[in-house]
Amino acid sequence: MANAQTPRVDELEKGPWPSFVKEIKRAAEKHPSAGDLLRQLDLSYAEKIGHWKHGGIVGVKGYGGGVIGRYSDKPEEFPHVKEFHTMRINQPSGWFYTTEALRKLCDIWDKYGSGLTNFHGSTGDIILLGTTTGNLQPCFDELSDAGFDLGGSGGGLRTPSACVGPARCEFSCIDTLDVCHSLTLEFQDFLHRPQWPYKFKIKVSGCANDCVASIARADFAIIGTWKGAIQIDQAAVADYADAGLNIQEEVVEKCPTGALAWDGEKKELKLKAEDCVRCMHCINKMPKALRPGEQRGATLLVGGKATILKSAFLGWVIVPFMELKPPYTELKDLLRRIFDWWDENGKNRERIGELIYRVGMRTFLKAVGLPPVPQMVFRPRANPYVFWWPEEVKRNA
Amino acid sequence: MPRTDFGPPHYMEMLPPVIKRNYGRWKYHEILRPGVLKHVAESGEEIYSIRVGSPRLVSTDFIREVCDLADKYCDGYVRFTSRHNIEFLVTKKENIEPLIQEVKAKGWPVGGTGNCLSNMVHTQGWIHCHTPATDASGIVKAVMDELYEYFVEEKLPAKLRISLACCLNMCGAVHCSDIAILGVHRTPPRVDHELLAKVSEIPTVVASCPTGAIRPNPKLKSVEVNEERCMYCGNCFTMSPAMQIMDPENDGVSIWVGGKVSNARTAPMFSRLAIPYLPNNPPRWPEVVEAVKKLVEVWATHARKGERMGEWIERIGWETFFKLADIPFTDKHIDDFIFSVPTFRTTTQFRW
Repeated sequence: MANAQTPRVDELEKGPWPSFVKEIKRAAEKHPSAGDLLRQLDLSYAEKIGHWKHGGIVGVKGYGGGVIGRYSDKPEEFPHVKEFHTMRINQPSGWFYTTEALRKLCDIWDKYGSGLTNFHGSTGDIILLGTTTGNLQPCFDELSDAGFDLGGSGGGLRTPSACVGPARCEFSCIDTLDVCHSLTLEFQDFLHRPQWPYKFKIKVSGCANDCVASIARADFAIIGTWKGAIQIDQAAVADYADAGLNIQEEVVEKCPTGALAWDGEKKELKLKAEDCVRCMHCINKMPKALRPGEQRGATLLVGGKATILKSAFLGWVIVPFMELKPPYTELKDLLRRIFDWWDENGKNRERIGELIYRVGMRTFLKAVGLPPVPQMVFRPRANPYVFWWPEEVKRNA
Repeated sequence: MPRTDFGPPHYMEMLPPVIKRNYGRWKYHEILRPGVLKHVAESGEEIYSIRVGSPRLVSTDFIREVCDLADKYCDGYVRFTSRHNIEFLVTKKENIEPLIQEVKAKGWPVGGTGNCLSNMVHTQGWIHCHTPATDASGIVKAVMDELYEYFVEEKLPAKLRISLACCLNMCGAVHCSDIAILGVHRTPPRVDHELLAKVSEIPTVVASCPTGAIRPNPKLKSVEVNEERCMYCGNCFTMSPAMQIMDPENDGVSIWVGGKVSNARTAPMFSRLAIPYLPNNPPRWPEVVEAVKKLVEVWATHARKGERMGEWIERIGWETFFKLADIPFTDKHIDDFIFSVPTFRTTTQFRW
């Protein structure tokens, strides 16, 4: 009967791309809430407006976040989504799973929820989409027994995420999975009991390709990089040339700093290492032949975020290079200083980047004890309104 | 009392043995065909990743189907990507073909690697959000149906990342995508004075406005909105249910182009406004689908090999882009918020 009731969304069962409507209907075979969800969505398609009430605070014992309260504004019409809360479940670093773990999750969610999920939410969590207030605690209890903890929500640390890293990528300059896991465990209190002005996201990418979009999406971005020259296997470069890669056009001319030269006769790639800015382009084009330099570490950036509230920011370089070896003490200490300063000075709903913009980078750097270096800016200031600290000038009597 | 604060499962427990053996010691990779990656380790061991598009919003039975295939062909291991794709990790070369045949028989697409369109990062929309200006899953489905060939075949000048966020909160953080589809409100919030007095703190609501358009109305124990200053961001609605911003007549979709997050060649870039408004027209949003398709095609036609959309536009100039894309340039395209000045042209160098 579901077909007769949802004529608009049924249209989206057609077409070559896998259909979320089919998925909701599959869940609806076992879960009345999924059926009501689809009927409510069909109403939204008719009226061009959402039908979820504003907010609602629900949770599980011992946690201040990880659950998003959701209530239908048409509970009489769609009683099974009267309460339809989301649980955010902290994904394993790199989104690797055993089928055993996934099946356990599915069984628990079929027992307590709508049978609908997001693999994954855009921050990285496993999203369990839709259950009642009464089912939250027993669902969490079983998830906890199965080894799955809650992710973040609200004004606190959000679930950190990492690219595939050394697990399956030759580009990764740092152990992204371990850094992500270690920071998650270290700062769980901030993740599970939101206590800050607003959200704080941490993302870890193994190289400048930035497959988790950390520079755009993370208040604190950790991006793998190196010092020293790219390692070149000239024989493998020649193989790429022989296989038809136009090294002059597709590699050398795309180098942003002109650090590469190609000798087509000798089939030799030359690198001016001091001009290389480690953008990854040449390595991306010839992974068999080129590898990052040997001294590996990460560039740290702060402030990345989407539009709300003062415009979108890309992350700003605050530490050009930090070696990252377990237990990552230097990194964790820096994060703790940043958290403390932001928590102390940030206004309600002010992201760290917005706070830095409001009070000035120099204030931030001084507060967290980072030395100013030219790698932090594209170019120095042009405006002459320079602030001096009181100790830098002689006071007049 | 259940255990708390134990964190996510340790990633090591989730890694296939071949990955554990070669962790951090991968040597190189090749793309064998769209959706099939081969990684080779220093040890000589190989792993094949079969990338499969997913609708992201999936049932537990879908996940079980994924598990069945992973049990049959991948020794019980599977991973997901940052763009909601599934990756089946195969160690036996002879398993690749039968796995792909089974995946295709289910109607799941194999692709999304190299110079393909990858899956669309997106938000919840009308499925589960309380502030959306549009739906998410529906538009994604309609766009991916239309651009399907670009996911399964590698025929674009460079990689293509399309993302969707259903309002300016941008849970999908779409602001650095080759093409971003962004839900927009276009009318000021309607204040429910009775409700506001009951449920909201007035200073919090006043402080939530980035343009200072909200001031207290002590008489009503509520607030009023200076409508000329409101830019419809919806931040006040996030703070107070009494500031209703959703408007079915006027809400819709904007299209932004030229963003990227990778540092390869050029620095990361924001997406910039191409089309300020298209109507919500469910279930298939034909105006949005057509606009996105046209943008992909104009880029694919004119860009040089290896040029992301933003790199192409920066080379030819935005004035040329608007001409080639046949998109009218309006006052909406000129920034008027706090970071507008660096976007104004301060040179006599430009193209006709």
